Amino acid sequence: MIALLLRDLKLAFRAGGGFGLGLAFFLIVTVMVPFSVGPQSELLARIAPGVLWLGALLACLLSLDRLLALDWEDGSLDLLATAPLPLESTVTIKALAHWITTGLPLIMAAPVLGVLLNLPVQGFQWLVISLLLGTPALSVIGTFGAALTVGLKRGGLLMSLLVMPLYVPTLIFGSEVARRGAEGMAVQTPLLLLAGISAASIALLPFASAAVLRVNLR
Amino acid sequence: MTLNVTDLSVARGGIPVLEGVSFALEPGRALILRGPNGIGKTTLLRTVAGLQPTLKGRVEGAEDQIAYAAHSDGLKPTLTVAENLTFWASVFGRNGIEQALDGFDLQSLRDRQAGALSAGQKRRLGLSRMLVTGRPIWIMDEPTVSLDKTSVAMFAEAVRAHLGQGGSALIATHIDLGLEAEVLDVGPYKAKPPEIDDFDGGFL
Repeated sequence: MIALLLRDLKLAFRAGGGFGLGLAFFLIVTVMVPFSVGPQSELLARIAPGVLWLGALLACLLSLDRLLALDWEDGSLDLLATAPLPLESTVTIKALAHWITTGLPLIMAAPVLGVLLNLPVQGFQWLVISLLLGTPALSVIGTFGAALTVGLKRGGLLMSLLVMPLYVPTLIFGSEVARRGAEGMAVQTPLLLLAGISAASIALLPFASAAVLRVNLR
Repeated sequence: MTLNVTDLSVARGGIPVLEGVSFALEPGRALILRGPNGIGKTTLLRTVAGLQPTLKGRVEGAEDQIAYAAHSDGLKPTLTVAENLTFWASVFGRNGIEQALDGFDLQSLRDRQAGALSAGQKRRLGLSRMLVTGRPIWIMDEPTVSLDKTSVAMFAEAVRAHLGQGGSALIATHIDLGLEAEVLDVGPYKAKPPEIDDFDGGFL
């Protein structure tokens, strides 16, 4: 399992591995928003949590179609399926590798980009906490979407359509935590719901992903 | 570990391609599958490898015993030869790739990126993966594609050594590997088209 994680990380950081794709997209979205909205700092401060969360979510989505498709194309997925590693742990490791290469950089970049959007000071802490709790769910749900569409050529569009509705609860509660945090309100309820969604996704979806992957490998 | 296949029927894309295939593969033996293109050799091998469900019949003794080599080698172009092999060795819980590198004359290429290899060299790397798995039953689909004569001999030698250690091999190939192996022609097992029970069934 560690070997698979290390290989995926190594692949991501080597040339053409796609590391930085999500980060660059996130950067572009959040830098462009002030230009399109205009120089109204109080409006920017109000929409900052939502924009940052939406940017992070779309950045995650952007890198999903490489998650399993590359391994499918070069045949590694077949070979992994006959290896002693159960497919459940394979998809979990894949999701973890995706989170480390996409989710983690987004979390680290979010506070810096929050400054650009005039995010209130008390909001930074909750923005980071909400992303920390929410992005693992984005990776796990995304892996499920990738597993569903793995055999399809150019399945990216279908995958986005399938994954988007599943992302909605995470987006709602994640940006709610960030918004309430920024406005100095109590965050407990959305925070707990966000954590619950993440915990449930991490606990259940690897089994679903492995099951659909088995069907798709036929 | 004997691989027993009893009355196996397999389907590709929902259409039965082979039915009633039976054979037993004992340790130290090799079985060569032959048959025209499209007859279902790959489907049969994938089914025996557990990658797809059987339509009918049983496959016994394959679970956690097989190493499968498909048409594509599962190599990562940005990893070096040694890194690719080390990865597969650790997935199978083994270490030591030297024997595999020696067996397929890959020592001089070990630090080369797999993306920079020629087709034949890639194939050799893909086949050397079998040596690091430590699994007793090798299931190989057209292993000699894009190999030159020397490499084919190298491969046959590796299979012979594997058989000598009590392993076994199920190989779909069209060329003569010079192995003492039984040959199974799957042509006669071709699935018959389903009977049309109703003469206008095709119009409904």
